[in-house]
Amino acid sequence: MITLNINGHDHSVDVPNDTPLLWVIREHLQMTGTKFGCGAGLCGACTVHLNGEAVRSCQTEVSQASGKKITTIEGLDPKGDHPLQRAWIAEQVPQCGYCQSGQIMQAASLLAKNPDPTKAEIVAHMDGNLCRCMTYARIQRAILRAAADMRGV
Amino acid sequence: MTKHQKINGLPKLDRRSFIVGSAATGLVLGYAAFPEIGASLAATPSNFEPTAWYAIGNDGKVVVTVGKAEMGQHISSTMAQLIAEELEASWKDMSVVLASNDPKYNDPVIGVQLTGGSYSTEMNFEAMCRAGAAGRITLIKAASEIMGVPENELRASESRVYHAKSKKNLKYADIVKSGKANKVWTADELKAITLKTADQRTKIGHSLQQLDIPSKTNGTCKYGIDAFVPGMLYGKLALPPIRYGATVKSVDDSAAKKIPGFVKAVVVDDKTATTTGWVVVVATSYEAAKKAAQALKIDWDKGPHANVSNQSIIDESRRLQKEGTEGLLFVKDGDSAAAMEKAAKVIEAEYLTTLNIHAPMEPMNALAFEEGGTWHIHTGNQFNTRTTAIAAATAGTDPKNVVIHQHYLGGGFGRRLESDMVVPAIAASKAVGKPVKLIYSREDDMQMDFTRPLTYQKVKVGLDADGKAIAMEHDVIGAWPTVHWGIPAFLVPSVDKKGKIDPYAASGANYWYTIPNHTVRNFMNNLAEKATPPGQLRSVAPAWTFWAVESTMDEIAHAGGQDPVDMRLKLLDGAGENAGGDKPWNVGGAKRLANALRVAVGRSGYGATKLGKNEGMGVACVSSQERTFPTWTACVVHVKVDPDSGAITLKKITIAMDVGTVINPDGVRAQIEGSVFWGTSLALLENATMKNGGIEQTNFDSYTPMRMSQIPELDISLIGNGEPAVGCGEPAVTVVAPAIGNAIFNAVGARVRSLPITAEAVKAAMKA
Repeated sequence: MITLNINGHDHSVDVPNDTPLLWVIREHLQMTGTKFGCGAGLCGACTVHLNGEAVRSCQTEVSQASGKKITTIEGLDPKGDHPLQRAWIAEQVPQCGYCQSGQIMQAASLLAKNPDPTKAEIVAHMDGNLCRCMTYARIQRAILRAAADMRGV
Repeated sequence: MTKHQKINGLPKLDRRSFIVGSAATGLVLGYAAFPEIGASLAATPSNFEPTAWYAIGNDGKVVVTVGKAEMGQHISSTMAQLIAEELEASWKDMSVVLASNDPKYNDPVIGVQLTGGSYSTEMNFEAMCRAGAAGRITLIKAASEIMGVPENELRASESRVYHAKSKKNLKYADIVKSGKANKVWTADELKAITLKTADQRTKIGHSLQQLDIPSKTNGTCKYGIDAFVPGMLYGKLALPPIRYGATVKSVDDSAAKKIPGFVKAVVVDDKTATTTGWVVVVATSYEAAKKAAQALKIDWDKGPHANVSNQSIIDESRRLQKEGTEGLLFVKDGDSAAAMEKAAKVIEAEYLTTLNIHAPMEPMNALAFEEGGTWHIHTGNQFNTRTTAIAAATAGTDPKNVVIHQHYLGGGFGRRLESDMVVPAIAASKAVGKPVKLIYSREDDMQMDFTRPLTYQKVKVGLDADGKAIAMEHDVIGAWPTVHWGIPAFLVPSVDKKGKIDPYAASGANYWYTIPNHTVRNFMNNLAEKATPPGQLRSVAPAWTFWAVESTMDEIAHAGGQDPVDMRLKLLDGAGENAGGDKPWNVGGAKRLANALRVAVGRSGYGATKLGKNEGMGVACVSSQERTFPTWTACVVHVKVDPDSGAITLKKITIAMDVGTVINPDGVRAQIEGSVFWGTSLALLENATMKNGGIEQTNFDSYTPMRMSQIPELDISLIGNGEPAVGCGEPAVTVVAPAIGNAIFNAVGARVRSLPITAEAVKAAMKA
């Protein structure tokens, strides 16, 4: 049995150590906000936080996540009201929406460290997250909006 | 004497065409009865449901049932916005649910459940407005009874009925609670309603927030891959190295059996011929299924297409074109052969587009199980009518025993017009007697895509002594995207009635320029059809036909010493059938395209902005998707080319789009942003290749759609002139590539005629 702390709650799962964290979160625990996109760390749809760092859960073995604080889109904010989530609505970012959990989690790890990112810093941080609907321009605007919101400007 | 004969594009489709069409394939596509399982609404007697499209609850909340696939185009909100406009409901009261495959949710015009072609808005605008108005009229009548005042003294607004004289009002919620609003409207009654005029509208034309967006920011939006049922097992595909045509000779599961959780390896016996040589590994978890699939030893007969490559497809297309006998006439205006002989100058060129993969972010998946004689399928699909038929044929039951529980689509782009995902899911569930959730890996998804066909086009233009185009001959050759559906209704007779054409393979070649002698022939490359089963990829044929046509327009202009914009404006004279107006959606014809071009040109600074060294601006304008409902779209691209490497920098893209009526301006902009970048990605970055019968690209390292660092600056102008609304999710895809090609030519004199445009190709063309 492996114990995982996800969004502040402990979950015990009976899976092999090498099981990708993604499948444990999505299929074993049925927290489906985290998405499967490529299984190879190439698209970012499965991004979650491990102790606040954005990681690709499809490339993270469950044993590596045990004992760490795992945060998924469901736990980013208790009410789903993180400045990024508000900005994503204000800028009407999502189209199909499938990649957006990963986009938001990736962006959240940027703003946690850099409250006032430049456009170039945003691009550098977000370039590993694919959006097949190509909502990139709106993602940029939403991150800038959320950053300003968090700085109180 | 000039005889104009153009195929307009859209075949005439209705329920009858599908019932008739079904016989040829053994698929049953039309049916009327349907068990009331899976109906999205838990209707209570006190709810008010004037039509199938929505119900109003006792709380005044309006729940719209959307028969269209929601894949990010926000069509569900568009339907709600149209209903709310005439219903006079408050936007905060509106919500949407996705319809099952119950035929009562079929498209009101085309008579099936199909989401594609940029049809949804134009085909549903009137039906949704009428449905909304029916609710308002009934609510006002009920309010009149309750308040004891005449109906003509009442007015509805923001989910209330107001009586001005007494200054009293009634909430919709209270009217519904009273039970007095209960009329169900007939089709004839709906037809008799007088709708609002444009000046009376309060919601159409406003950027109301899309109803599906909040759930897409917090992980609660449910896609097909997110479905669960108790006791469910998982399926993972084990696939042959050949895209189509392989058969399983033997399966050795001795190693797979050692994987904990392994249940069974199921060879898919696909009676619908959708798939070939597929095996499903069923296990108690997806990761176990994946491990077991890797451990499986399968021996395949590779079948007849094991040597096919992009080059062999191109060779076959060239052979067909040269031979010329199999081309079917798509356009025959005047006599191009005779005119060509009189030409002072003839230009000829080949245009190519490569194979392209849809790769929506949510890989294909389906959850299937049988319960009490009914097959339940959880998935997100764009063509539920056909998918129901495929599911029924796979399960060995009647379509009325198949319920599709429609989910949100994690991207569609035409990929989910196909039904392949239900075949292995049902086959596996049948074999193990339990629910199976089948998930394609990204590799499975890319290698078994119904690709955008590799196309080859040959264009020949005759110019007179003044440089004016007097004849054009255009051959369009490739796999035909619609044929494998097995629905004859989608095919249309050629101009000379000698055969049936797939209009979705040539649409766009029937353009709105007035060139007096114009011949278009459509050829099916049978080798490509079999080896690379083609599909509809966002914007379909206009993305390859306009690549050739709009590049050619610039070639004509340069050959004849004309400005490409001036020449286009002259050719868009609206003469004859190019005046439009045979359908409400193409009123104004070529003149509207000319106007869109003027807007884009003006906004971009074309001809006025001083360009730097190795910079150029290129234009293109298109009437995608069909002549019957064109969305007039023009584009100017500003590029800079590195003369040493051929590398292209996109400095800016300017788009002007005339959609007739803009329902949700921000929503239209979002669709244009997405489709422009999609078109740019196809033009410059995406290339799939077949080798030895298989697609070589397997994931996002080798198939490389545009990322954030690659997006150009974009300027969008919307034109809404009050004409009927048309679609906006696809047309911009088709205009970008030729505008980029034309800009590169203007920058460095390099004419590239093959997509995607690579730095190497630009460099080579510069030397040429």
